[in-house]
Amino acid sequence: MIDILLIALAMTLLYMSIANRLYTYLRILVLQGFILFGATYFTLTNLSTINLLLIMLETIVFKAIAVPWFINYVIKRNRITRVAEPYLSNFASLIIVTSIIIVTIILSSSIKDENLDKTFFVVALSTLFTGLYLIVTRKKIITHVIGYIVIENGVFVLSLAVGNEMPMLVNLGIMLDIFASVLILGVFFNKIGDVLNDPDVNLLRNLKD
Amino acid sequence: MIGIFLAATFIISGCLVFNRNKVVNYLLVALYAALLLGLGVYEYQHLNTIQLGFFKADSLGVLLLLVLCIVSVPVLYHSYRYMEFHNPDETPRSRGLYFGAILLLMSACGAAYLSNHIAVTWIFIEITTLSASILIYHHRNIRALEGAWKYVFICAISITFIYVGILFLSLSLKQAGIDDMSFDSLIRNYNNLNPFWLKLAFLFIFTGFTAKLGLVPMYTAGIDAKDKAPAPVGALMASILMNVGFIGIYRIYSIVAHTPLHGWANNIIIVAAILSVFVAAVYMTRIKNIKRMFAYSGIEHMGLVMLGLAAGGIGVYAAILHILLHTLVKPSLFLQYNQIYRIYQSKSIYDVGNYFKYNRAGAILILFGFISATAMPPSGMFVSEFLIFQSLFESHHILLLVALLVLLTLIIWGFGVNVFKLLFTPPVGFDDTNVPRISPWESFSQYALLALSVYIAYNPPAKLVSMIQEAVKLIQ
Repeated sequence: MIDILLIALAMTLLYMSIANRLYTYLRILVLQGFILFGATYFTLTNLSTINLLLIMLETIVFKAIAVPWFINYVIKRNRITRVAEPYLSNFASLIIVTSIIIVTIILSSSIKDENLDKTFFVVALSTLFTGLYLIVTRKKIITHVIGYIVIENGVFVLSLAVGNEMPMLVNLGIMLDIFASVLILGVFFNKIGDVLNDPDVNLLRNLKD
Repeated sequence: MIGIFLAATFIISGCLVFNRNKVVNYLLVALYAALLLGLGVYEYQHLNTIQLGFFKADSLGVLLLLVLCIVSVPVLYHSYRYMEFHNPDETPRSRGLYFGAILLLMSACGAAYLSNHIAVTWIFIEITTLSASILIYHHRNIRALEGAWKYVFICAISITFIYVGILFLSLSLKQAGIDDMSFDSLIRNYNNLNPFWLKLAFLFIFTGFTAKLGLVPMYTAGIDAKDKAPAPVGALMASILMNVGFIGIYRIYSIVAHTPLHGWANNIIIVAAILSVFVAAVYMTRIKNIKRMFAYSGIEHMGLVMLGLAAGGIGVYAAILHILLHTLVKPSLFLQYNQIYRIYQSKSIYDVGNYFKYNRAGAILILFGFISATAMPPSGMFVSEFLIFQSLFESHHILLLVALLVLLTLIIWGFGVNVFKLLFTPPVGFDDTNVPRISPWESFSQYALLALSVYIAYNPPAKLVSMIQEAVKLIQ
């Protein structure tokens, strides 16, 4: 069951690489939030109820509802055009994300450590690198934020791999999620919307030498 | 004591944010400065004790804490001067927010130095990101927003990287069956760590900390941030905040240095460090913005520090000495920058010149600062740089040393062209009828910092030497 969920997560990455509209990205984020909850529920079996509630709050309420809703709000408020505007064609994106996944699979096959479930490792690393890839190849700031949230999802999967032994680390990861998302989105909400009407990355490109 | 200190910081910062009265603001900041100095003295007297379970006053942490104490007083003083002269439309609210954030930044740095647990260090690094982003956005305009946005975004990615590194570190512990992730326990059990995971952990943690330290690959955010933040904040970000990155890397390196991965880690560090010096050299030769020039000079020095660390031998001692001296020198340049701005109303090198005519004390200080930052004798950093070169020579990195010396010469040339233009060449089209008079006393604290850097380099107190040697023992 865990494997199915994790592979579904990897498939959403492929879908994300060819998505054209921002709303598609948001729907994928919602889906990823639910997948993460499922994966947590099945992986961390010896968890206390309070901790489980906390994780549920973070994956479903925060990742799957609050953040996408907020990004949607920002898009509407600032009337951002709803196209993702990638620098590369969809075909090239698909090839690159696929090769990211293949490379992580090859990398993981070189690990000889029976303590680790390799599916977690592969999915987490490929999600992380896909997030980085989305950040560098998409033009809008809002897609950079989406890319960052994808990175966080990948990191969350990785933290599940050690979650049963060290629940403290999962909690730290949740703290990172909430802290960084609130900080980034907070800047977005308060500032970028007020100072700029069009949060296009081109307007924030003047600091250089 | 550290618990009291952190609690008091939060209370004082909170009061500052909500307070609108100027006198109360002064009193609270003075109270905090006294508290910080108290913490410095207390930790100095309680070396190597564990506090609150997660903090340990080891000698490296205490050394960095003490220079933080020394730098904090002039920075707070100049913050008030900055508010008075630089920004007439300052409101009580923005002043409160500024001081609340700057105190939080100082405390978070201090706590990160003393932390003995990688997760705790990581939490305080998050707090430094938060408080620094508030300070960068102090001026509420679009350029400041751009600086703050880039800083927040890159630092968010960097703390994610550190977190991934911590996860890998925990995987490497899993095999050994340890679940205590304090630095002490990691060093004790270095034999049992799984080398593969440790390798990945080092790679991610190192990359993450480069955002704070200012090395390739993640140095960019810091440059824009130091340019856009008010100069006293730039002084903090160019010194004590970089030290946070240094101590993070130093602690993880001290674990790796005991394992067979030592040579591999050295290679990684050398590549990042020499690339940083290269980047600094490229930008320094063509840069026209005074503040960014100071910021790039910081990148160069961090590259040198890391080279000393990787070269080993006397280089580790030199690296720690260098970072202490850099923490004293760089703030004095940044703090001096506001006086230049008050005279010329510009930060571009094209608009400035003949500085000796308008502000003699400040001009002499810029000259001394230039000599210090480029490590020419009688600068204090000459000593540490000399030792770093020596260690590179002894560890047979001859080609690296040659490349480094060429790059440093380029940097001195680029730095010198700009500084001498500022000091001696008459400015073009500058109307000097309304130039404000600047009291020489405003440069006093910067002179004191430079003098201190010379003193501790040429005549280091025995206690300082023994503390640095104790810190070196973590690695060797």
